[in-house]
Amino acid sequence: MSDQSSACFDLTLTEEQRISRESIRRFVESQVKPYARQADEAAQAPEGFYDQANELGLSLMPIPEALGGAGMPRSPISNMLNAEDLGQGDMSLAIGALSPLSFINTILDFGTEAQQEAYLTPLASESFVAASIALSEPRATFEASALSTTAQPNENGYLLNGVKTLVPLAAQSRFILVIAKLEGEEGNAGFVVEAGSTGMHITAETFMGLRPLELNRVELNNVQVAASARIGLEMNRLLDLSSIGLAAVAVGCCQAVLDYVVPYVNDRTAFGEPISHRQSVAFMVADMATELEAMRMMVYRAASRAEQGLDFHENAYWCRIFCAEKAMEIGTNGIQLLGGHGFIREHPVEMWYRNLRAAALLQGSVVI
Amino acid sequence: MINLELPKKLLMAQQMSHQVAATVFRPIARKYDKIEHCDTPQELIPLGQVIKGMGTGSSGAGPESAGDSIKNGANMTQVLTTGEMSWGCIGLMLSIPGLGLGNAAIQAVGTPEQKERFGGLHCAMAITEPGCGSDSAAVKTSAVLDGDEWVLNGEKIFATSASRGDAVVVWATLDKSKGKAAIKSFVVERGTPGMEIVRCEDKMGLRVSDTAAIVFTDCRIPKDNILGSAEIADTAEARKKAFGGVMQTFDNTRPPVAAMAYGVARAALEITKDVLQKEGVEFGYDKSINNSSALQAEIYRMEAELEAARLLILKAAWMADNKQPNSTQASMCKAKAGRVGNKITLKCVELCGSLGYGEELLLEKFARDSKILDIFEGTQQIQQLIIARNVLGKSSSELK
Repeated sequence: MSDQSSACFDLTLTEEQRISRESIRRFVESQVKPYARQADEAAQAPEGFYDQANELGLSLMPIPEALGGAGMPRSPISNMLNAEDLGQGDMSLAIGALSPLSFINTILDFGTEAQQEAYLTPLASESFVAASIALSEPRATFEASALSTTAQPNENGYLLNGVKTLVPLAAQSRFILVIAKLEGEEGNAGFVVEAGSTGMHITAETFMGLRPLELNRVELNNVQVAASARIGLEMNRLLDLSSIGLAAVAVGCCQAVLDYVVPYVNDRTAFGEPISHRQSVAFMVADMATELEAMRMMVYRAASRAEQGLDFHENAYWCRIFCAEKAMEIGTNGIQLLGGHGFIREHPVEMWYRNLRAAALLQGSVVI
Repeated sequence: MINLELPKKLLMAQQMSHQVAATVFRPIARKYDKIEHCDTPQELIPLGQVIKGMGTGSSGAGPESAGDSIKNGANMTQVLTTGEMSWGCIGLMLSIPGLGLGNAAIQAVGTPEQKERFGGLHCAMAITEPGCGSDSAAVKTSAVLDGDEWVLNGEKIFATSASRGDAVVVWATLDKSKGKAAIKSFVVERGTPGMEIVRCEDKMGLRVSDTAAIVFTDCRIPKDNILGSAEIADTAEARKKAFGGVMQTFDNTRPPVAAMAYGVARAALEITKDVLQKEGVEFGYDKSINNSSALQAEIYRMEAELEAARLLILKAAWMADNKQPNSTQASMCKAKAGRVGNKITLKCVELCGSLGYGEELLLEKFARDSKILDIFEGTQQIQQLIIARNVLGKSSSELK
């Protein structure tokens, strides 16, 4: 790290990041934004969306060349930037498109070589192959360090039992990484469960937002997995990377809110002038812009520490609580500034409001 | 390359300032808060000489990363050192001889000859009047040219360090009917006949820092004590530019004031965590915020808010160092740090209960000191106004 300590504080993207950002943003403008509302109403991604997203190479990039991928170095910053840009288009489609990558990054971080070969090779595909992580459980006081889902060792490996919630794309996932509490041992581990495993029951869940994401409840009833399916996880790293990833998606969405309300309050007149000429309106916009910039800086710092191999647990923790709070504040003010019109589904702000509520409660979905 | 860590060179500058804060300021912070009105504290005089010797703030030479031209220079150094010294005591930091706001103004707009003449002096800044604060274009103090001298008349208040300083940079109008464009700044040296320090204010906080009221009665100063041009711009464009230039110096002074808010809030938070830890509260960041105790959650949220303020400050300074226009970001960091700094110092008093409210610790002092940081160098509301105008693309006549 000696060369890092002389590096300047810097917010400039590398040439590579700039180019990649351009192509993601083009995709977002043409393939995400225009379809976000209809996807929300239909509660599913547009036909063929994930295959189109797959062409961006999100999944392919970090998979080693030997396994059919592009073998790009693991880069939390690049992933974070992608999450931000996709989130600006639509949170649901962003999280869906990044779900396989979250699985891939986790296997890259914690899987053995054999496990990487077994689980990543099928994902290095020209067409979209879904994969996901199942962490959350349907409990108000849910805590990742106190899971109810258990992994009981037996002669064939492990028996999994429990109920998971908020699992993106579970019904179409080739692999689901189920995180369970180990019986007879301390701590948690991940278990790769293949699609169609006996005893795994997947049902669609419906939530106030993130409707196109197709979140699912996954019930595990004596699901048998091989011992080789066990992934040794460092829970903090996994949770922290996903806190940053989700916050980045929220930053993107909040930028969309700001970009939408600014022209609206400038165009909308009341009492003979644009409502933006009133301080009560203008100051709300000022605070939204300020907190959004702060959210972004928190996300950038946590991601850059992760990229540099520095400890980033506290940064990710702050990032999560700060972004969750400010994202919802921006979401609710987005509607407020449009008044009654904001409540009408003709405008996207009510959708962003419903989606941004999830910034405080998803875990393990966007591992950068 | 995105990197929000500080280079070693800046960390060392920060560490040096921290040493000063910890070994010079902290031990005498309470004492001088009680004394309040006094000459420059003796303990600060050697410090002023050392800083003068280093030519602080004006050196643009910071570390540069290899291969590109990204700089972490004078602005970044200034916010870091200011933040650290503020961790010790903001009142004492503002009392260091030679670091006045007037010095910054002279550095920004003075001629080489003026920098030479006044550079070694401790220069205060006098803008506010009894009848105008945020609306600095409304100053009434007048300056009239009479032969080779300017004649100043008027009253200034809230001039930090004006009674202890060697000189004051005074905002005055050449012609009230010509509005903003006629406002110029003048250097008035201490002892000039017609300039009288009429009182030093009794304040809630920042007590050791002197806050003077000054009356100018036919105060005559040399003609070349005016900073910048004596011409009054006559086109709308030129008028806007002239005053805009004056206001732009605030883009450079707001991040350091934001850094003061950061410094004092961090100090309060550290003491509070220390107190709570001694009473058995642990901070492990190991449970989600809603499964943590109320005390833990409160601390975590304050730490996050403080970090947010810090990063906004660094961004504004980084932009200034790299010649990017940063008016919006300078105001953002001031708005954020100002409100967060005040909120944190107040919450810390509350969380520590009687210990926080009492004078045995410095928490109550920090809570008194922090309030002004959301007011001077542009109030919270002025910052919001600037941010809003920039974000919404509105002029000051549209968004008032």
